[in-house]
This record gives sequence, C-alpha cells and structure tokens, in this order.
Amino acid sequence: MVDLFELLIGKEGDRDYKKKPVIVQGITGKFGSFHTQQMLAYGTNVVAGVTPGKGGQKHEGVPIYETMNEAVRATGAKISIIFVPAKFFLSAAVEALESGIKLLIAIPEHVPVKDALTIVELAKKKDAIVVGPNTPGIIIPGIIKIGIMPASPFKEGRIAVISRSGTLMYEVSHNLSVANFGQSICFGIGGDPINGTPLIQAFDTIRNGANIDGIVVVGEIGGDAEEMLAQHIIDTKFDKPVVAYIAGRAAPKEKRMGHAGAIVYGNYGSAESKVSMYAKANVPVAKRPAEVPMLLAGKLGKGRIK
Amino acid sequence: MRLLEYQAKSLFAEYNIPIPKGLTSTDIVQGRKDAATLGFPFVIKAQMAVGGRGKAGAIQKCQNPDEFELKYPDIMQKVVKGEKTKAILLEKMADIKKELYLSLFLNRGKRSYTIIASGEGGVEIESVKNQIIREVGLGNVDASTAEEVGKQMGLKDKPLTQFIDILQKLAKITIDKEAELAEINPLAVLGDDSVVALDGKVIIDDNAMFRHEELRKFQEVSELEERAEKSGFSLVELDGNIAVVGNGAGLVMSTLDMLSDNGGKPACFLDVGGGATTDTVYEALTLISKMKKVKGILVNLYGGIVKTTTVATAFIKAYEDKVIDLPVFARMSGAEADKSKEMLKGSRTKMFDTIEEAINAAVIEMNKNG
Repeated sequence: MVDLFELLIGKEGDRDYKKKPVIVQGITGKFGSFHTQQMLAYGTNVVAGVTPGKGGQKHEGVPIYETMNEAVRATGAKISIIFVPAKFFLSAAVEALESGIKLLIAIPEHVPVKDALTIVELAKKKDAIVVGPNTPGIIIPGIIKIGIMPASPFKEGRIAVISRSGTLMYEVSHNLSVANFGQSICFGIGGDPINGTPLIQAFDTIRNGANIDGIVVVGEIGGDAEEMLAQHIIDTKFDKPVVAYIAGRAAPKEKRMGHAGAIVYGNYGSAESKVSMYAKANVPVAKRPAEVPMLLAGKLGKGRIK
Repeated sequence: MRLLEYQAKSLFAEYNIPIPKGLTSTDIVQGRKDAATLGFPFVIKAQMAVGGRGKAGAIQKCQNPDEFELKYPDIMQKVVKGEKTKAILLEKMADIKKELYLSLFLNRGKRSYTIIASGEGGVEIESVKNQIIREVGLGNVDASTAEEVGKQMGLKDKPLTQFIDILQKLAKITIDKEAELAEINPLAVLGDDSVVALDGKVIIDDNAMFRHEELRKFQEVSELEERAEKSGFSLVELDGNIAVVGNGAGLVMSTLDMLSDNGGKPACFLDVGGGATTDTVYEALTLISKMKKVKGILVNLYGGIVKTTTVATAFIKAYEDKVIDLPVFARMSGAEADKSKEMLKGSRTKMFDTIEEAINAAVIEMNKNG
C-alpha cells in the first residue's frame, strides 16, 4: 500500500524531502491558475501543469504539457491536483491514474456518483490514493499545501483535522490555531456521497502516520460515515483525544443542503444518530465551531487555551 | 431529484416492469375523464415527494362517482410533512396476494450499489426484520444473483421467474438513469401469480443530470432555485424570517444550527460557493429580495483569501440600487475588516467580529419587530 505521508513529505535524505513535486491538471483555467499561484506562494513544489492544446507554454512559471503521461515522465511527480469542470473529471482522473499518479487530489464539485465510483475502483487497482471529489485538499502546515484552502487559518502543530466541509475546515482550524492548537495535517475528505478516501480510512492513515496529540473530526448530516467511525474508535480502542463537530442539526429532512452528500433520509444520516454514536465512543460533539478548542483542551487535560 | 410515483412508474413501463393501469391529472375536469376511461372502482393517489401518504389520507379507495367528487378535491389539497399534492394518479385496484419489498440504492459506506429485498413489503423498510442485503458494485445484477435473492424471499414458480426479471430491469434503470435509489414498495404478487409494482420511488443523482436530457421533463424547480443554480449557488427555502447566507455548505449549515439554537427562524439556506466576490454577494442579495417573508439577513463569510471590502461594496451597492432595504447582520472574516466596518457605517448592515454576536443581534432585532 502506498503511504500518504511518504508521498506528501518523503523521508529525510530524499533529494526532494519536504519538496515533493506536484502536477496541476487544468492549470490555465481561472480557478486552477489562481490556486497554482497560491500553492507556489505557500512553498508547494508545483513542477508541471497539463492543459491540452497548450503544451510547451509556461503558466505562472510552470511548464505546461499536453498529457499527464508526458508531465509524469518529465517530472517523476506522483501527486496531482485536478481543477477541471465536473463533466471532464472522469477522463482527467483516469489519465492521471493510468500515468502513474499515486495521490490524486480531486477538487471539482458536482461529479456524478457513477464517475466517482469508477475512479474509486480504478484507484484500488492502481494502488493509488484519491482524495475527494469536492474536497478543499490537504495541507500540512509549514510544509505542503495541495488544495484551495487559504493559508491563514493553519499553523504548525500536533492536532489533525479531518473534514467533510471546506469552509468549516478553515473555520475550525482557525479556532484551533487561535487557541494555540496547531495542526499536523488538515485533510478534506469532500462533501460528496462517495469519497475517494472515506472518513475511516483518513482517520487510520493519520493515526498511524502523523505525530498527533488528538484528532478533530468535522462532519455534517448525511450518510453514516460518522457512525462507522465512532464504532471503529470503540473497536480499535483508539486512546488519543477525539473531538467532533457536526453541521446540519437544524436542516430539514430529504433536502440536499448544498453538498451532494448532506441529505437525511428518515433517521439515516441524521445529526441525532451521529451524536448518539459519538457519545458511545466517548467523543464529545461541539455545538458550534468555536467550542471545538475548549472540548479538545478538556480532553487533553491541559490548560492550553489562552 | 426525486421522481413522483407516476414519473417513476413511467420509467418502469418504459423498461417493461409491470404496473397497474393508471392515469394522471392535475385538475378534476381531466380527473373525471380519467375516471370514465378507467372505470370504478380505483385508488386515488396524491403525487407528492414524501413517504407516509397512506396514513395521512392522501391515498384513498374510490367506489363510485359520488365518492370521486368528494375525495378528488380533498386529496388535491392535502399537505403531508410540508409537501403539497402535485398531481393525482387514478389507478386500478389490484387483487393482492402478497406484498414484497425491493430496492437498489447507493450504499455510501460500502461505496457500492446494494440490493435490499424482503418477503414482507408494504411497510417502511426500517421496520422489516427479514431484510436480504446484497452488494452489487456498480449496480449490475445477473440472473443468478436475482434468483438467489428471490428464493431467499420465499418466492417460487411463476412469481420467482417474474421477480428475477423485475430485479434485473430495476438494476438496468438504476444504471442507465444514474439513480441513487430505485425502490418498489410494495411489489405485489397478485391472485394470478403475476408480479406488479404498486408504488415507485426513484431518486436521480442531480450531478448526473447533464447526461440525462430525457429526465428534464420531470425536473421541477422554482424560479428562485433556477436562478440560484444559474449563479452556482445552492438554495433551500425554509419557513422562518431570517435569510442565512454564507460561502460553503458546511459553514451555512453551521450558521443555520446556531441561529436555531438561539431561537432564530431561518428563511432560507443560501450557499454562494467557495469564493465571495462583489458580484456573487450582490446576486445573493437580489435573490433574497424576492423572498417576501424575509425580514432580516444573516451573513457568514469565511474570507481567508477574499478581502472583506469587496463584500462590503456589494452591500452598499445593493442599498444604493434599492435591491434590498433590510437589516443585515454580517460576520466577515478576512483581510481589511476594519476598513469594511468603516465603509458600512451608517448603512443598515452591521458587521460583527464573531458569528455568535451577529446571531444575537439578528434575533434581538427580529423579536423587537414581533
């Protein structure tokens, strides 16, 4: 199995330790272009872009290739981030995985479920990690930012944040940073019904691979990922502090609340169901984002709040 | 997109899944003609996107024209769990021997399609004990899998053969139309051992609609929703008087929760998407101005990259253009917050440092005005 942290950071002594090369698919679009600039400013080693028809040109100082295959061969990159419109996502993602990409960050929103399932199957065959679709991406503060998140909410530290929502990941991380809880990694799994890396997998990757004092899980209504995670925490006797937040308690049933995955059918996906499972796993659930650091401080038993 | 029963059944008919003879109307004049064509007795079924119609009296038997004149208008004006009757389906009564349950749905946890079936149908599936559950990957169901499921449900002979056929056709609908759910409850075995879909519920993946022009005719969006969609927003209309706007679905849900916790009543959920520019915020305010019930606007924007002054400009422009004349309670994190506050001085938009403060002010103001 490929290892997320080895892909993102590498090992001491590697020529590209903490400078892992990243390819941007859809680099010349408005969105892709802006965020390439932002990632470069953060220090992410963006080495190539792909836009069919624009091979040979440069954008933001980054060379553009016609195909993923050429870009991968020229740079040896194993990480790619996709910015293409949802209807072109499937072909872009297939091209990336077929070219040897091992970590695919899938930014587009509104990707059909069928296409997401197809990519999940292909990633299994290719032993690759897919994050998203509909994700803000991943940031390891101070080291690498592969995504669309602003840099300002994040600070280096030892708390991991896993989130189904973009802006809530920023909001919660900001609150943590202000309370002096820096982050070892912030991982956006995405707001869609099908996640390339589901909540439990993200949780296990982080507990095994990162230096952490605790984990914050930012969830929302819809599906049963939080319920499954709570059971998993119980089954595996995870003993570090976990604090959760769940958005959508006041949402009506059977209405899609912005995210494709945020919809409640009967009790399936309801906030009550998630809160009660978390209670069984001894995971406190914050009522609002600003409460997260307080609950975490309580769990850690340290007065780290200013 | 959730299809109404008659729409789901039109898909069933297209794929040769047997359904009872039925006709759909939206007014009693057409309804009378349908009744004459169909002949009494029949069932009058409200077409609405909600479960529990039977218990709520939105499905009733009808024996003769006198009953029809009473029941048709009654069912036409039913509201169940906030959902209004959209149309009326008149359907021939079936001679039911046994009711079954059958569905194919997108199992999010397993990341695969899953069959749920049961020999006990006609009730809510959550309450059924003997559920047969089978994962089927991307949704394709072969004959041997269908046969195993049917046998486990206790079917044999003609009903089993028919069930196998229906399950495979339902799977084909699920794949072809990119449904997240295709459910038949009840699927009935009739007196002559034929198997018929007495109800139908199909939910299509909204994100796949661009590949399904043929389903557009079933799509029913309000003028506001359509406008929101064009701007790349998502809008859910609610019952209260405070419009809730923000950038990012999670953030807006979170704001809705906090507002409700503090006794405020949200009028809508409006997510303007990740970025926030002068244009998107101006367009959001324009949309909200069309909702008459709105008495105040609560704004929660997480900036980061965005300058709050670009958003403040949108508010000022909206007041100047007389798009809105409502009090706005805004929390905008991001660069140049002090400058934005200065810009908004004297306007009806108040800026706060935290969302909690903005909510408190909004709730107090709304209570003041009754």
